[in-house]
Amino acid sequence: MFGMFKSRPQLSQAERFAQATQLQLTWWRFRKHRVAMVSGVIVALFYLVALSADFLATTDPHATDSRTSYIAPQPVHFFEDDGSFRPYVNGLKGVRDPKTFKIVYTPDPQRHVQVDFLAPGYPYTFLGISMTTHLFALRNPERGDGIFILGTDQLGRDIWSRLMVATRVSLTIGLVGVSISLFLGVLLGGVSAFYGGMVDTVIQRVIEVIRSMPTIPLWLGLAAALPNDWSVTQVYFSITVIISLLAWTDLARVVRGKFLALREEEFVMAAELAGASSGRIIFRHMLPSFLSHIIAAVSLALPAMIISETSLSFLGLGLRPPAISWGILLQDAQSIQSLALAPWLLSAAVPVILVILAFNFLGDGLRDAADPYG
Amino acid sequence: MSARSEGLEAPVLLEVKGLKKYFPIRKGLLRRVVGQVKAVDGVSFAIRKGETLALVGESGCGKTTVSRCILRAMAPSEGAINFAFEGRTVDLATLPRKRLRPLRRHMQMVFQDPYSSLNPRMVVGDTIGEPLLINGMTDRAERRRRVLELMELVGLPGAAINRFPHAFSGGQRQRIGIARALALNPALIVADEPVSALDVSVQAQILNLLLDLQDRLGLTVLFVAHDLSVVKHVSDRVAVMYVGRIVELAETEALYRRPLHPYTEALLSAAPTPVPGAVSQRIILERDIADPANPPPGCAFHPRCRYAEARCKVERPDMVEVEPGRQVACLRAGELVLRGITDMPHEAV
Repeated sequence: MFGMFKSRPQLSQAERFAQATQLQLTWWRFRKHRVAMVSGVIVALFYLVALSADFLATTDPHATDSRTSYIAPQPVHFFEDDGSFRPYVNGLKGVRDPKTFKIVYTPDPQRHVQVDFLAPGYPYTFLGISMTTHLFALRNPERGDGIFILGTDQLGRDIWSRLMVATRVSLTIGLVGVSISLFLGVLLGGVSAFYGGMVDTVIQRVIEVIRSMPTIPLWLGLAAALPNDWSVTQVYFSITVIISLLAWTDLARVVRGKFLALREEEFVMAAELAGASSGRIIFRHMLPSFLSHIIAAVSLALPAMIISETSLSFLGLGLRPPAISWGILLQDAQSIQSLALAPWLLSAAVPVILVILAFNFLGDGLRDAADPYG
Repeated sequence: MSARSEGLEAPVLLEVKGLKKYFPIRKGLLRRVVGQVKAVDGVSFAIRKGETLALVGESGCGKTTVSRCILRAMAPSEGAINFAFEGRTVDLATLPRKRLRPLRRHMQMVFQDPYSSLNPRMVVGDTIGEPLLINGMTDRAERRRRVLELMELVGLPGAAINRFPHAFSGGQRQRIGIARALALNPALIVADEPVSALDVSVQAQILNLLLDLQDRLGLTVLFVAHDLSVVKHVSDRVAVMYVGRIVELAETEALYRRPLHPYTEALLSAAPTPVPGAVSQRIILERDIADPANPPPGCAFHPRCRYAEARCKVERPDMVEVEPGRQVACLRAGELVLRGITDMPHEAV
């Protein structure tokens, strides 16, 4: 998209401004909004993580191992004892607890397991291609060895790896959900504004009824209605549909309001008086004018979707294990007991907070920038 | 102005007869109609070819509604709008939308707000060229030639053809709007308060441009305005509207010299005098303009009229031709002697 902003050196500064398209004006204005720019980069990084989740993961996020239960976060050592650059992690060693007689596994400072970059690890598919290459992997790991940057959970699964995969699920559920509600919102909002009268009244009243329902109990009801024996994918799609069935109302209102406002604009009337067809008026004059508003509305709707999924899954009503999402990771941190024992389980809250904040600032910046005349 | 008075004998281009536009007031969940706003309540006038008729009145008097009905931006509730073109006469009021579209090119509009009337996402060349494109001039080079010609006509530099509206001032934007209206050589131009959103200094430039274009192209113009001082220099005849009806219709000079309706007198007294030190004898109208949803009985102007009598509250005056080419709707038209502007300067703009 940046190709559109290539400079035209033959034009003077003033002429460049005079011939700047809406997109350019928006971009120039957005660029001045520092927080929004930074947020944009953060959001982009998150989606990069979502795209390369398996590549960034170090251990199979589903693999359980009783020996690695509740391992605290482990540092990666970059230099060997002799000072040479050979990253390694400490291996584990089993020690019998004198009180409980259980074998407890703790890091063994004597054992160095070397870390390789771009090395083979557990197999996964990326865009349909089977791959084994990971960003980090252990050279010749023994059973139970792993790079536990963020520690492990009760079942001995690596939290870092799970977090990567959860990021993909939680961020795409937002995208899919917003796409569905965008489609519904633009369609019903547009129809409502275009036809007016009875159609408008009915759609608006339906929106009011939907919006007046308390969301959490409604989600609970709908989510509880999902059959227990559905696969992870089926549940995933049902949850996105449930969330977006409620979220479209906001977008529909934005679209309707903008549509009605634009219809009263004199340049729309001018086109009509020149004999333009409805299609030309809608697609040439009205749609480009509210596209920017839709983009801003979407960037504000996305974090709401992500939060919805996270809270539903946290409450045990959204996605269910073995699916992995931020909400499911946080579910492990529900009991005070496990939290006291393994506070690193809370690390899944950090990306949630980060991405929601980033999306909100990004949306604000986009909204401000989209209206260079406002 | 006298140069254009010969238009008075020209054939009638547009004849509006008993035009009414009511807007329903809806209330409640079922949107039941509980009343009517009579925005335009029986307006009749005619415009001859080459003539400029000014439609003047306060905000809310229905003048914009009249202009939009004529252009069929909205459908009138009642009445006839007979438009003569290519040797035949069509009633625009009852024409279905489909048959209306080919007629659109003969009537164009200059809008009030030069900021809202130009699409911010289209360059000037596309905005002016759009009517051409829609009406069949698909050849890009030919369209560009015509656009440049129009831009020169309204005094815009040809180099500005690729600029977006945000790069122009209000006056320049209005020139773009005028060029767009002229693109198809329309028989009728409806100018809806074309200068009221502009600075006073720029107003004069745009008015002069309109005058110049009228002379060069022989335009027929319906000029809508809310203030008589603007209209004086551009119009041949003036129609004064009050609450949905025309109350006085006369040739410009006669109307200014000796108004026949008390409302016209009040409007004239509000126009600024260009004579320094002149004592303003402004007539301040009391109360607000009447509510078109609930107009007062009798003459709608009687609650604000300082000449009102008892019969004005009961009897509704109709438009009466008191002299040739001069109509007024006032019960006391014959007896009142009203004050106009006697020292009308000839070239103040």
